[in-house]
Amino acid sequence: MQQRRELDQVYTNRKLLNGQLDTPKWWAPTVSILGVIVLLGLIVIAIMINKGLGVTGLSRPVYWGLFITTFVFWVGISHAGIMISAILRLTQAEWRRPVTRAAELLTVFSLLTALVFPLIHAGRPWRIAYWIMPYDVARGIYPNIRSPLIMDPVAISTYLIGSSLFLYIALLPDLGNLRDRTAGWKNAMYTVLALGWRGNPRQWKMQTVGGILLSALMLPIFVSVHSIVSWDFAIAAAVEGWHSTIFAPYFVIGAVHSGVSAVVTMMALMRWLWKWDDFIRPEHFDALARPLIVVATGWLGFTFLELTFALYGQDAPEIALREMQMFEWPWNLLFIIFFLTAYAIPVPMWLFKRVRTNIALMFWTSILVNIGMWLERFLIIVPGLARRTPFVYTWEAYRPSAVEWTIFIWSFAWVTFLMLLFSKFFPLVPLFEQKESQVFTDDVMIGRAKVPAIVREAD
Amino acid sequence: MSTQSILGLFQQPEPAADAMDGLKEAGFELGTFDVLTGTPYPEGAFGEYVPQHRLFRFPAFGAIIGFTLSVFLTAATQLAYPIVTGGKPILSIFAMLIIMYEMTMLAGVIATVVGIIFESRLPNMKPGIYDTRITEGWIGVVITFDDDSKVADAESVLNKAGALEIKHA
Repeated sequence: MQQRRELDQVYTNRKLLNGQLDTPKWWAPTVSILGVIVLLGLIVIAIMINKGLGVTGLSRPVYWGLFITTFVFWVGISHAGIMISAILRLTQAEWRRPVTRAAELLTVFSLLTALVFPLIHAGRPWRIAYWIMPYDVARGIYPNIRSPLIMDPVAISTYLIGSSLFLYIALLPDLGNLRDRTAGWKNAMYTVLALGWRGNPRQWKMQTVGGILLSALMLPIFVSVHSIVSWDFAIAAAVEGWHSTIFAPYFVIGAVHSGVSAVVTMMALMRWLWKWDDFIRPEHFDALARPLIVVATGWLGFTFLELTFALYGQDAPEIALREMQMFEWPWNLLFIIFFLTAYAIPVPMWLFKRVRTNIALMFWTSILVNIGMWLERFLIIVPGLARRTPFVYTWEAYRPSAVEWTIFIWSFAWVTFLMLLFSKFFPLVPLFEQKESQVFTDDVMIGRAKVPAIVREAD
Repeated sequence: MSTQSILGLFQQPEPAADAMDGLKEAGFELGTFDVLTGTPYPEGAFGEYVPQHRLFRFPAFGAIIGFTLSVFLTAATQLAYPIVTGGKPILSIFAMLIIMYEMTMLAGVIATVVGIIFESRLPNMKPGIYDTRITEGWIGVVITFDDDSKVADAESVLNKAGALEIKHA
């Protein structure tokens, strides 16, 4: 932690609560614009539900298109929170402190957004009630728990509830802090939400032990969620390119790649928008980019395995699918963009420390990764279906309609809108973690070199 | 005679730890005085009473309940509509395991959160004497007593340790 700065607690409060105690000038116009986009998106969703799925480009044989691609994309992004928060907490990584809250928040809001897509994709969302949790005693029809389409909502709901509770528990000390700095209705709100937090040794011990315990419990859920999402495809034996035994780890590692990259994007935005240069420093981007190189390369290995298995199997339809993905227009263009943006451009750049500590470059490369990872999901889902039962009268390939693109854009505006709304009432960087870092860190002299040392408790 | 409390405020951890030591030496019982901070300090930094807890029992208890419910739910669901598909058994253990796993973990997480709140002795809407400067880095030593005669002793200990301010409630 060579870039550590000594910051007193009054300064930390003032800087990190600047979103709650004051309103930055850009906040209201940005939220208003996003609000308009969100509203437009909701209107388009309402029109689609009213008119039916005919307004989309979905047609035989491609019934899973942009909506399901975007669903998988947002579930992938949601893996940022637990990757950052739980794994780094368990491994006591000191640099986790400024990023945990925002990463957990990204998990919650991206899961909420992901859940919208299977619902609206069904055309008549209210009928989902019969699919997931009917318990329709009158008709005696119950959900088919042997279907991954039931396992999936169960896993995502578990992850969403667990992540939200994890977020709230870690928020308690900061809610106490906000209660102490506010008056009027805000004070009343924070008083209720803080549950009477005072900061005695018992409460701090529960924060520490409880945080580790919840991290350990959330990790297996984190692995299971994207594994189960991958089984939506892998268990479907009839679609070429989907029926793969490595889909579960392939999806999980891809989710970590895209999720952690999304955290990098968000960290850069937080640093620029709230001017948190003292808290989110180049060393944090460096620390995130290093594991990202490993994760991305592992993910590339799985991509390579996918292609290798297809070629070695000598299964003609499978090989035809891969040829279509890589060599036929327009899939070949998408494949090239996918490969360049998800790996070939960002990862070699991250090998250089100058890039890893350059916040603008990290911001743009992390965005490239998520363009690539969205395309990866699109290239997995759509070509496999497009080749399925190629009827002679099916002349047109799948082409997403303006309605689908609008709802796709809506999802990004919606997540950003929710994040900004949250930032108005709750701190995006955990204050108590920052202060703890100051208490537990000191400079020590080794010879003539002054180096920062971190104190850790034995248990 | 009524229960009352006083709060001594310090800016540094060392005098606060001295005050805690002084209170022990003056005969104040463990549990009648506590330290309040705006950030976690290493355990025992103030020579404070280290609370015992039973948090580890909560996730285990929750997981048992979740597992039991999930067995009932998955088995009952399939037995209630016993239709054979693909020649597979009515009770498909693999599919049941996935839902049982998720429900077990979910109940474990919920129970842990309940445990954290309970073991933190929250919610407590009448938390007692407090000072908002504690979340600005000040350290509070709070003493609660039934016996008014001990107030002077406590104040003396706090003053001797270097309390910058003493509040009464």
